[in-house]
Amino acid sequence: MQNGMFLLVSAVVAVAVFFGARLVNNDYVFFAGYTVLQFIVLATAWNILGGYTGYVNFGSAAFFAMGAYATVFFHKLHPLPIPVLILIGGVVSGVVGLGMGYLTLRLRGAFFAIATLALAVVLATFVVNWDYVGGSRGAYIIRPNEIAPIGPYIQYLFLLMLSLVVLALACARGIERSQLGYGFATIRDDELAAEASGVPTLRLKLVATTLSGALMGMAGAPFPYYIGYLQPSSAFGLEYAVNSIAMPMIGGTTSWVGPLIGAVLLGSLQQIATVTISSAVNLLIVGLLLVGFVIIAPNGIVGLVQDRLRRREK
Amino acid sequence: MGLSFDLLINAVVAGILLGGFYTAVTIGVSISFGILDIVNIAHPAFIILGSYIAYIVNQTFGIDPILTSIVMMPVFYLLGAGVYQIYYEAFEKRGQESLRGLSFFFGLLFVTEVILILVFGVDYRYVEAWYIGPSWHLGVIDLPLRMLVPCLVALALFGALQLFLSQTFIGRAISAVAQDQLALRLMAASPTRIKRIAFGISIATTAVAGALLIIIQPVEPSVGREYIGRVFAICVLGGLGSLPGTVIGAMLLGIVESFTSTFYGPSWAPAVAFGVLLLTLAFRPAGLLGR
Repeated sequence: MQNGMFLLVSAVVAVAVFFGARLVNNDYVFFAGYTVLQFIVLATAWNILGGYTGYVNFGSAAFFAMGAYATVFFHKLHPLPIPVLILIGGVVSGVVGLGMGYLTLRLRGAFFAIATLALAVVLATFVVNWDYVGGSRGAYIIRPNEIAPIGPYIQYLFLLMLSLVVLALACARGIERSQLGYGFATIRDDELAAEASGVPTLRLKLVATTLSGALMGMAGAPFPYYIGYLQPSSAFGLEYAVNSIAMPMIGGTTSWVGPLIGAVLLGSLQQIATVTISSAVNLLIVGLLLVGFVIIAPNGIVGLVQDRLRRREK
Repeated sequence: MGLSFDLLINAVVAGILLGGFYTAVTIGVSISFGILDIVNIAHPAFIILGSYIAYIVNQTFGIDPILTSIVMMPVFYLLGAGVYQIYYEAFEKRGQESLRGLSFFFGLLFVTEVILILVFGVDYRYVEAWYIGPSWHLGVIDLPLRMLVPCLVALALFGALQLFLSQTFIGRAISAVAQDQLALRLMAASPTRIKRIAFGISIATTAVAGALLIIIQPVEPSVGREYIGRVFAICVLGGLGSLPGTVIGAMLLGIVESFTSTFYGPSWAPAVAFGVLLLTLAFRPAGLLGR
């Protein structure tokens, strides 16, 4: 399938999802659905760096929160429409991703992972000390109840996140089938050999970090409008970091389908578990699934399915 | 002028005492990450586990936390050896330690934290001991025993490990595992067994580090996260695989953090470690005493 065709098909699917959700006519569907969609974007973004090049980013929460806090900052400065804020969030997180990558990606892979872990703590420290965006007390964002052609505001946010999902998936799938994607794969498989064969590894890694960071920032930008009251502890929550790693790992990291499957499964499971059991228990489930899958099924659900198909052919 | 001099000297002393404690927190990572090349980001989770065990024993039997931690070291050793066995079978043998091995440790970190939250809640816990509270005064210098005792215990731990690594056969084999695994095989020592022992030791140190942590400050399950940046910053700053480097790195970070808290306020302290880490990686990735 050509990239243009894929974009068209996924846009049609997205429209169908939106009108399907409207048919249910219950705001809760949009609230829960928004979270799942947000996780699809985060998982796909994580996978562009983690799955394709093999560099682990533990700081998804930091990139996400940067997008969210960019929104809070500009909301106080001058009210802007959310699509513009999404762009700004993407630029801010992309630039930070580029800077982080430039400082640490020239060294061994582990240093990048450690630096991203520390980044979340440091950015949280900055936000807690920055009174303009609310400091440790948090910031309120009053969202309008309705928006002109669509109706309830949550449906508007849902639609925006849905478009981000289409964008992220098209991006990931486009990369997979392009020269860029093959370059990424050589880095994942053997970076030294790639470098020796003339693959510009550092430049490719920087492209991946910037793109992945930017998508996470874009996912974070509408978040203050969704939640209404943004606190450092909710924006920098460890559950974003864990989920954006666990979802691709459980779904499968080698193709764009993996993070999508992982995010839909795990995201819905968590929505159900939060309502029926408790939010702490559902985080425990995610953690255990992550540990279990990396040990037992290293290629995730996609890998399991492929193995089964291959065995049937024989 | 006299007042600011007092402030300065006390900031330095407080930094050295804090650095001593950071030595205990980091020395295990110095072994696992520095020597064995295992990026154990779950290290702080084991430390918090150590804190909670010290807390439970202290609350129920009134036993000194440091004594508890020394008794617990063999248990933590076995735990560490077990974790390494899983890590080896699932990742190292298959050559997948970078992506999946890291995720494994991240999962462990997260699961430990959530279980502690489910069992104990997010309340701060603390221990009671005779040295928590009183201070010694040497002229203008304050020496709170709450900081001095952990510092001395940490330095004793460092001394013992340094002696073990340089004087015993297994200790030297641990240093050798990082350099030449084939040569180690020729010496009739299995690299996997040596690594298992070394990783066990690295986790055993977290029992002590955890007890020291809960002596210094009240602990809740997510406190460990603040230590991830610190631990690796110290490890990289000191130079990977060098225990004396770790002590120097820990002292330096302790002093810089203590100055930051004294002159800019304690809420900025967690950001210092990250700055140190990034600067080291940018300008001297081999660290101060790196190999």
